[in-house]
Amino acid sequence: MNQHRSSTVGIAVGLGLTAGGVLLASLARRHKGGRDSAPGYTARRIPGKFDVTGKTVTIRKPRAELFAYWRDFANLPAIMENLEHVEVMDNQTGHSAWSIKAPAGNTVRIETKIAREVADELIAWRSVEGSEIATEGRVMFSDAPGDRGTQVTLIIAYQPPAGAVGKAVAKLFIREPAVQARHDLKRFKMLMETGEIATSANRKDETRAAQQEKKS
Amino acid sequence: MKALTWHGTKDVRVETVDDPEIINPRDAILKVTSTAICGSDLHLYDGVIPGMQAGDILGHEFMGEAVEVGKDSTLEKGQRVVVPFTISCGGCFHCQVQQYSACENSNPAEKQDMSASLYGHPMSGLFGYSHLTGGYSGGQAEYVRVPFSDVGPIVIPDHLEDDKVLFLSDILPTGWMAAENAEIQPDDTVAVWGCGPVGLFAIQSAIAMGAAKVIAIDHYPHRLELARQLGAEVIDFRKTDVREALMEMSGGIGVDAVIDAVGMEAHGFAIDNMVDVVKQKVGVGADRASVLKQALLAVRFGGKVSIPGVYGGMTDKFPTGALMEKGLQVRSGQTHVQKYTKPLLDKIEDGSLDTTFLISHRLPLDEAAKGYRNFKEKQDSWTKVILKPGMAAK
Repeated sequence: MNQHRSSTVGIAVGLGLTAGGVLLASLARRHKGGRDSAPGYTARRIPGKFDVTGKTVTIRKPRAELFAYWRDFANLPAIMENLEHVEVMDNQTGHSAWSIKAPAGNTVRIETKIAREVADELIAWRSVEGSEIATEGRVMFSDAPGDRGTQVTLIIAYQPPAGAVGKAVAKLFIREPAVQARHDLKRFKMLMETGEIATSANRKDETRAAQQEKKS
Repeated sequence: MKALTWHGTKDVRVETVDDPEIINPRDAILKVTSTAICGSDLHLYDGVIPGMQAGDILGHEFMGEAVEVGKDSTLEKGQRVVVPFTISCGGCFHCQVQQYSACENSNPAEKQDMSASLYGHPMSGLFGYSHLTGGYSGGQAEYVRVPFSDVGPIVIPDHLEDDKVLFLSDILPTGWMAAENAEIQPDDTVAVWGCGPVGLFAIQSAIAMGAAKVIAIDHYPHRLELARQLGAEVIDFRKTDVREALMEMSGGIGVDAVIDAVGMEAHGFAIDNMVDVVKQKVGVGADRASVLKQALLAVRFGGKVSIPGVYGGMTDKFPTGALMEKGLQVRSGQTHVQKYTKPLLDKIEDGSLDTTFLISHRLPLDEAAKGYRNFKEKQDSWTKVILKPGMAAK
């Protein structure tokens, strides 16, 4: 996996984010210097210049169904905070443009490509060079014990951007990535298990989607 | 529409607000016909539950008529339903094992953080019970939006009037589950602290489940009288040393099961309780757990502890020694209402359960604030208040 240290994006290698099938658990052992079975992203300190966040939920649906939903990146604005639109330019390579809402009506565009894909198990993506935020992520699907469905783990690594735009974006995109990842996964779970995303709004113009619309 | 809204400690008002709309496919809109003020609403009224916002519509015990249904609702317009106070999706792990009050999908994602940090896991959605539990508008209103209307609401046969079935929304299943959690055996002596609605229904349920003896503890004479009428022996804690009395009344063994139907705002004069009163007033958020502490000392070795009473924060000087050394079994939790509505509706229909004895007052919705004030200040005589949005104001 060390070859990734010198990759153009050059990020979060130690955590195996770009390292294909390398298990996070084994990396966690290496980095924490002990025999610990916890995933690497739960380490108290993660070395390197990239921040990493990871979250897992269990969803009572088969892996294939969940994988298929996520693999169509155009679906993701329905569940992801501040993600306005995803344009899939090439389905084969997963080359996509992500439009993310930024303060003062700005939109940040990040282009990503699929770095690795294993049907019904894993999708890893990374930003192409020149994106305003260098980021990569992966989502992993594994069978939960018994008939509990599928465990879905989302890991996102990102490099805090520099400059004025970067700072503005950081406030929104990177403010609390762990919280955001948790919310995103919870909404994914809601949509898959119940067919809708829970809201306590009483009127259509009070929903999260409508509020997000207003901010822009 | 008109709705009862919260504005601060002991400040609730009936105001005109926007009517709710169908938002999600499984929603329904109900026209509320009856809605009750719950003892746990008094915790909101007293300002001891965090996560309230000015303008929140209260009320989690309600029933009404479906007037609008979403495309995936299984209700039909015109059906009369009682709605469980727990909002449950029916499809997550917890719903599948009938732990409906732990539903993973009903509390909106962006509202889950506060309860997750307080309790380690997010609460499920509840109607009208703070933003900790989703910030859902409650049913003390003319209309209410009901999410997952294909799972929660139970359709009521026309011949059963509102007053007979309204309590299926919360306090009847809560009293029943409290007794079930006490795992009552035929020879058991069961002590119940608090003769409010949940305590009384727990007494009624424990007797129905075959307890040999039920002992009710309170200090309001009328409430103790209601307990006595249900078949309980009673203790007035202002006149009697409760722990000593329970030991004597259980033949020196200690009671087999204890039910704390009081929760975080216990009355009483123990020193540590008074300290907790002060802390609660200054906002430290300590639960006044004097009843639970007393119950843990009163219950016998290997006994069963059931806690339907609401706690929200933390408590000092908790008797962990009694808990461990006596090998106690503790069961608690918000009620899995959906699990109990059908069997309890059957008992109401066949006449084996009647809960109307509890109702002391029926008021129009416009007088809801008065209902809160008196339910709080005149607990002896105001045992249960039902608000009727359709009733003309006096």
